[in-house]
Amino acid sequence: MPPLARFLIRRVLLAVLMAWGITLVTFVLTNLVPGDPVAANLGQRALGDPAIVAQWRAEHGLDKPLWQQYLLHLQGLVQGDLGTSQQSHRPVSQDLAEFVPATLELAGAAILVSLVLGVAFGVIAALRRDRLSDHALRVLSLVGISVPTFWLALVAFYVFFYRLQITPGSGRVDAALGGAPAVTGLQTVDALLAGRWDIFASAVGHLITPALVLALYTIGLLTRFTRSAVLEVLGQDYVRAARAKGLPGRTILFRYVLRSALVPIITVAGLAFGSLLSGTVLVEAIFAWPGIGQYAYKSATTLDLPAVMGVGLVVGIVYLVINLVVDVLYGVIDPRVRLQ
Amino acid sequence: MTLDITGLRVSIGGKEILRGVDLRLQAGRVHGLAGESGSGKTMTGLATLGLLPHGARTTGSIRLGERELLTLPPKELNQVRGGRIAMVFQDPATSLHPMLTIGTQLTEHMRHHLRLGKAEAKARAVELLGKVRIPGPEEAYGRFPHQFSGGMRQRIAIAIALACSPEVLIADEPTTALDVTVQAGVLRLLRGLCDELGLAVLLVTHDLGVMSAVADEVSVMKDGLVVESGPRGRVLREPEHPYTRALLDSLPDAELR
Repeated sequence: MPPLARFLIRRVLLAVLMAWGITLVTFVLTNLVPGDPVAANLGQRALGDPAIVAQWRAEHGLDKPLWQQYLLHLQGLVQGDLGTSQQSHRPVSQDLAEFVPATLELAGAAILVSLVLGVAFGVIAALRRDRLSDHALRVLSLVGISVPTFWLALVAFYVFFYRLQITPGSGRVDAALGGAPAVTGLQTVDALLAGRWDIFASAVGHLITPALVLALYTIGLLTRFTRSAVLEVLGQDYVRAARAKGLPGRTILFRYVLRSALVPIITVAGLAFGSLLSGTVLVEAIFAWPGIGQYAYKSATTLDLPAVMGVGLVVGIVYLVINLVVDVLYGVIDPRVRLQ
Repeated sequence: MTLDITGLRVSIGGKEILRGVDLRLQAGRVHGLAGESGSGKTMTGLATLGLLPHGARTTGSIRLGERELLTLPPKELNQVRGGRIAMVFQDPATSLHPMLTIGTQLTEHMRHHLRLGKAEAKARAVELLGKVRIPGPEEAYGRFPHQFSGGMRQRIAIAIALACSPEVLIADEPTTALDVTVQAGVLRLLRGLCDELGLAVLLVTHDLGVMSAVADEVSVMKDGLVVESGPRGRVLREPEHPYTRALLDSLPDAELR
C-alpha cells in the first residue's frame, strides 16, 4: 500500500473514533445543563399536572436511567435518527438539513475569501518587509483581529445596506425570486445548477457582506501568520541554495518558500475556521441568515435537548473534518510526515 | 576559465566585512581559503554569486573570464548563478529542500538554464548521481533528502552544483557538518571532479587539515583581508605571515605531516 493511502486510512479511522467521542461529550454536557426541559416545554398549567409531566417525560425517554438514554440516543444516531425537536416537532435531522447548508455556504465563502486574501496579503507583507505596503497590511490585520464580529456586522449592515444601499438586506436571496430548487442546499450552487443567473446574482449579493464580516478576523490572523512563516522560510539555507542555482524568483517563491510556509499556515487556518464557526452565530442573527447558528441559539434558549445535541454533533463533526483535512494536507505537503 | 577577484570590498550597515580581497581561481585547481570564523571567507564566496545579505555594499571587481560580475544586470547574473558558477553549502541537512525530491532539485535548474526536456534532464541527473557515487541512482532520484545520510546528502548537493556544467565551484565548508569518517570521501570526490572536469574550485574552510589534503593554492584570511597566499607546500611549510604561523602552531602536530 502506498504510504499516503496508509496514512489516510489511519487518520480516517481515528476520526471515526473521535466522532463517537463527540456523541458522548455532547450527550453528557447536554444532560448536565442545570435546567429542566419539562419546565421549558410545557405550559404553566400542564406543569401542575403530574400525569401530563410523567407522560411527557416518558414520550421523550427522560424517565429512563441516563446510560440507557445514551444507548438509545446512539442507536438512533446509527440509524440516522437524531430525535425529534421539542420545539418544531420535526425530526432534528430534517431541521439540520434545512439550516446546515445555509451556514456551510456562509462559512465556506468566508473561508475561501480569507484563505485567498490572508495568504496573499501575508506573502506581500513578507516580501515588502518594512516598506509601506507591509505597514499598511499590518494595520489591516490588527484591525481584523481586534474588531468584534458583532459590532462589525452591525456597522456593515448599517453602512452598506441602510445608508449606501449598495448591498441587499437580510436573508439569503431576494424573496421575490423565491429561490432555486434545493439540490445541495447551497443557494449559489443550486441557482447555477438550475441555470438561474438572476438567483445566482442575488444569492452572491446577499452572501458578500456577511461573508466578508465573518472573514475579516481570519484574514487578519492568516496575514500575520503567513507573513512570519514566509519570513522564516526566506532565511533558510535551502532558499539561499535555490538562489545560488539561479532559479527565477517566482519558482523560488512558489516551489521553495510557499511549500514550507504552508505547514504553519494550514495549522493556523484549521484553528481559525473553528472560531469562524462560532462567529456565524452572531453574524447570522444580525443578517437574518437562516443557518445553524440561529437554530442553535433558539434550541439552547428553549432547552430543546435533541436539537442542541444535533447541533453539537454537527459542529463537532465539522471540526473533525477540518482537522482531518489539515492532517491529510500535512501528509501531502511534507513527505517526512507521510513516510514515517 | 579563471575567476579573478581584485580589491573586493564589502560593507554591511557601515561595517566593513571585506577590506580589499584579491583571489585568483584557475581551471583544474583547488584554491583553499582558510581563516577563523568572521574573517570573511564565506562572505567572499557569497559575494561572488551576488548572494550577500540585504543592504550589503560591494566595490572592487569579480571577473569571470572577461565578464565583470559585479555590474551584471540581475537577469544575466541569474544565468551565471548555477549555470557557470555553482555553490555547495556547509550543511546539506538545511541546504536541500526537505519537501522536494532529489530529482526535482537536481533537474529544475538544468531545465531552466540548459532548456532540457524532462527525460533528458532525468537521464543526466541519474548519471550525475552515479558520478558522485550514490548507490542505486535510479531509485535515489525519487527520494527525499531525509532518506539519505549526511555524507550522501552532501554528495547530492555536489551533484546539484555540477548539473549545469559550471566552470567555477564554490564550496563553503563542505565537510564541516559531516562525520570525520565521511569527510575524506567527500574531499576526494571534490578533488577528482576538479581534475576530471577542469573546475576552478574555491574551497572555503577553517580546517587546515582539509586544506592540506586537497588544495593546490592556499590563501589565509584575517579581518577581511588576505594576509598570505601561495602554493600549498610553501604556505603550509614556510609561512611568512605571523598569523599563518600561529594558525599552524595551533594544530596538533601529526595532522600536517
